[in-house]
Amino acid sequence: MESFDIIIIGGGPAGLAAAVAAKEEGCNSILIIERDKELGGILNQCIHNGFGLHTFREELTGPEYAERYIERVKELNIEYKLNTMVIDINSKKQVTAMNKTEGHFTIQAKAIVLAMGCRERARGALGIPGYRPAGIYSAGTAQRLVNIEGLMPGKEVVILGSGDIGLIMARRMTLEGATVKLVAELMPYSGGLKRNIVQCLDDYQIPLRLSQGTEEYFSCDTLLLSVGLIPENELSQGLGINIEKITSGPIVNDQLETSEEGIFACGNVLHVHDLVDFVSEEASLAGRNAARYVIVSAEMRESLAKINLIELISGKGVRYTVPKYINPIKMDEVVTVRFRVDKVYREGSIRVTFDNNEVWKRRKKIMAPGEMEEVKIKRQDVMSESKLQNITIEIIE
Amino acid sequence: MYDVIVIGAGVIGCSIARELSRYQIKIAVLEKCSDICEGTSKANSGIVHAGYDAKAGSIKSKLNVEGNRMMESLSKDLDIPFHRNGSLVLSFREEEREILEDLLQNGLKNKVPDIRIIKKEEVQHLEPNISEDVVAALYAPTGGIICPFTLNIALAENACTNGVEFFLETEVVNIEKQQRNRSSNYQIQTSNGRFDSRIVINAAGVYADNIHNMVSENKIKIIARKGEYCLFDKNLGSYIKHTLFQTPGKFGKGILVTPTVHGNLMIGPTATDVENKELTTTTQSAMEEIIAKAERSVKHIPKRQIITSFSGLRAHTEGNDFIIGEVVDAPGFIDVAGIESPGLSCTPAIGKFVAELVTDIDIIPLVKKIDFISTRKGIPHIIELPKEERDKLIKETPAYGNVVCRCETITEGEIIDAIQRPIGAKTLDGIKRRTRSGSGRCQAGFCTPKIMEILARELQINLEDISKSSGESNLIIGKNKEIGWMNK
Ligand SMILES: Cc1cc2nc3c(=O)[nH]c(=O)nc-3n(C[C@H](O)[C@H](O)[C@H](O)COP(=O)(O)OP(=O)(O)OC[C@H]3O[C@@H](n4cnc5c(N)ncnc54)[C@H](O)[C@@H]3O)c2cc1C
Ligand SMILES: Cc1cc2nc3c(=O)[nH]c(=O)nc-3n(C[C@H](O)[C@H](O)[C@H](O)COP(=O)(O)OP(=O)(O)OC[C@H]3O[C@@H](n4cnc5c(N)ncnc54)[C@H](O)[C@@H]3O)c2cc1C
Repeated sequence: MESFDIIIIGGGPAGLAAAVAAKEEGCNSILIIERDKELGGILNQCIHNGFGLHTFREELTGPEYAERYIERVKELNIEYKLNTMVIDINSKKQVTAMNKTEGHFTIQAKAIVLAMGCRERARGALGIPGYRPAGIYSAGTAQRLVNIEGLMPGKEVVILGSGDIGLIMARRMTLEGATVKLVAELMPYSGGLKRNIVQCLDDYQIPLRLSQGTEEYFSCDTLLLSVGLIPENELSQGLGINIEKITSGPIVNDQLETSEEGIFACGNVLHVHDLVDFVSEEASLAGRNAARYVIVSAEMRESLAKINLIELISGKGVRYTVPKYINPIKMDEVVTVRFRVDKVYREGSIRVTFDNNEVWKRRKKIMAPGEMEEVKIKRQDVMSESKLQNITIEIIE
Repeated sequence: MYDVIVIGAGVIGCSIARELSRYQIKIAVLEKCSDICEGTSKANSGIVHAGYDAKAGSIKSKLNVEGNRMMESLSKDLDIPFHRNGSLVLSFREEEREILEDLLQNGLKNKVPDIRIIKKEEVQHLEPNISEDVVAALYAPTGGIICPFTLNIALAENACTNGVEFFLETEVVNIEKQQRNRSSNYQIQTSNGRFDSRIVINAAGVYADNIHNMVSENKIKIIARKGEYCLFDKNLGSYIKHTLFQTPGKFGKGILVTPTVHGNLMIGPTATDVENKELTTTTQSAMEEIIAKAERSVKHIPKRQIITSFSGLRAHTEGNDFIIGEVVDAPGFIDVAGIESPGLSCTPAIGKFVAELVTDIDIIPLVKKIDFISTRKGIPHIIELPKEERDKLIKETPAYGNVVCRCETITEGEIIDAIQRPIGAKTLDGIKRRTRSGSGRCQAGFCTPKIMEILARELQINLEDISKSSGESNLIIGKNKEIGWMNK
């Protein structure tokens, strides 16, 4: 059986950044497996501007952002397979995949990075009653049709849900000459980034209707659904990895290691991100840790595994945290904890408590479920607290 | 001039056509939609009923038990999934026992094999996730589940292989009887020209009354009775093993909870009479009703796992039984009407029954073919094949290595097969019914652009001409930037 030190499942921004970081950490045997015909993941269809402000300090389109990482992957001679679908991972870290040239085959890994991204919630999951006509697409499918295949689904559009993809497609369809009659949102707030509401709707006078409880008739030939993304964890579930209910992604520790030792997760498969920069940052961490995992001896691993983990608790107003656990011995100097709030908070504060002691508190003008928040946990703080068991993150109104 | 024309390419019309294709006669099937299996046969519970339900002595009862028995070998011959998972009629209160007992007696009269009433403990043993309220159940081990699409499609393909001609997009608009004693014949006007036939078989589903009324003075009426369903993710496929019915009673007929033969969980159907025979909509109220009722049978219905909902129309008649036979004032014209549930279960038996009828009315001589091909091979589901077979297929045809539908793991090769078969798929839904591509949890979000590309390439048509299903259901309106130009 062919074998690699690290196999990375998915060649989107997460997979690419993980591969680059693993290589830079000294691992020379890496394989990326991607089911699409090119690397880059969902970014290939995001032809709008706005990527990379954090990472590269400039505004890039999705494909441009991806290209920077793809080039790096090529420079570093990291191997990858395209048009190859991973269909199974077993607990011996054997990865089974399929493609046209090699057929159905299995490869052995020492460590695995899960970077499969996410998929969109479909109509059925919302229970929208009615006929099942043509012209109902998830916004991402429509984005692919328009931006990659160059095809137009229709010219009179209604968008259901105000997730980022929906907002971006509202603008895109308008630019292509379609009339976007309405973006309708069930909740009292948008699920998308503020900047997308301004740049994609307001600038084009596209109405956004938040929860109203009223009924109105709109005729259209295209209905786009932007009603949420679900991490694509079929493979992880097949492995028996513990999944967090709220995120639908694996539960991970500060190394971004899942409940299955040596299997790491990052990017949208871990939790849905709004900004690709954070995906890349998170994925670098996963890649680096996967490389260290491969290098470190088995005994060392075992002794580290015995350490009592600190649990991160999602307090009031916090829906979940990534990671869920911190290993105080292994942890980096600074661990970034990402989370989402459960509703819109104006002038609220984020508070971090170690067991019962408040260690950090910061006011924020506005926090919304559509924008991911983060706090940094410092190693030195954790070490100064002996027998620390829980870290609670909460929102104070 | 055809010897036999069958109107309607649902499961019933196709079964009859296939049965008649054993004989040296010229047969055509006329279907108004652009594909087979576009009517009631595509939206039902997919249950092969054991046969205790239909009133003893009715045509339904006789054909159901026989159809159930025949289904086993038919499904093997046609290479389609069929599983005898057994069914349970649950009763939730002592008073309902009598009804259960009546059902048992009715079933015994119908000669349903091995049925018996079992106690709560045994029900719980068979189904750990059953509701605590169950007191007893009628157990029918011969009940089964089948793929209604591939049953319909396989029958059609096999009929086609045996010489039956299929005319799609051919809507029957009028029929004229040309009677000369017994040797009548019929001129059938369609949206696709005129067809002449000695014998006409009316298997037009909910429209069988229209077709019947074209030739007979004794008018019949088919009432469309809608049934709505929710389908759940495959995660829940093993939540229960048997098909769970509820004892009919105060709360109406109850609703069923069943695994599908593909491993999803399904609940439904409601029963509402509708005027419009195309009204296959789903409604909020029905969804709520079936979920509430399903929760009487099993412990918990995880609503978050619903992947889609759909509805189908039963062809109900006032007489409450199938109408199968030669029309009195139209010799050579055979009705196969009012085929509501358990029509699917009766499929093979109805085929045989109608073929016998054709023999009996003796308008055309029926001589058996020596070269009738009774078997049909399905599209290989690559991922489920044994390794060697799979490797061999991919080596010969690399397209079998290219996964197009991620949820159901369907390959490009399977999709090409579906297009190239006899009466091949031309639409997205046609591909879905033949391969299951697009029927998984993402509901075609991932595979739609890929399948469009394959359809366009294989059929050598423009992407703009690809539709979701029969009728005007184009998926796109054109290339980018063209739209602005079109508007001007
Ligand atoms: C429409 C849209 C607009 C966005 N707009 C912005 C924006 O303006 N600015 C911004 O910063 N961020 C934006 N984002 C967010 C950012 O693009 C995503 O967060 C990022 O692409 C996620 O990266 P990923 O690698 O986790 O997932 P993906 O990009 O989805 O990559 C996952 C990859 O894994 C592959 N894969 C999955 N399963 C398998 C398997 N079984 N076998 C092989 N390969 C597999 C997939 O084909 C895919 O290539 C946007 C996202 C979307 C969807
Ligand atoms: C909700 C529901 C649940 C059911 N559950 C079960 C079950 O679990 N088990 C079971 O055994 N049975 C079940 N049934 C019954 C079963 O589905 C039907 O008995 C069976 O599908 C009927 O097939 P058919 O070929 O008669 O009708 P159809 O499939 O409707 O076929 C009729 C065809 O005729 C065509 N047609 C109509 N008019 C014309 C015209 N003018 N010209 C040309 N073509 C025309 C239509 O387009 C259609 O394709 C259920 C039915 C429903 C509605």
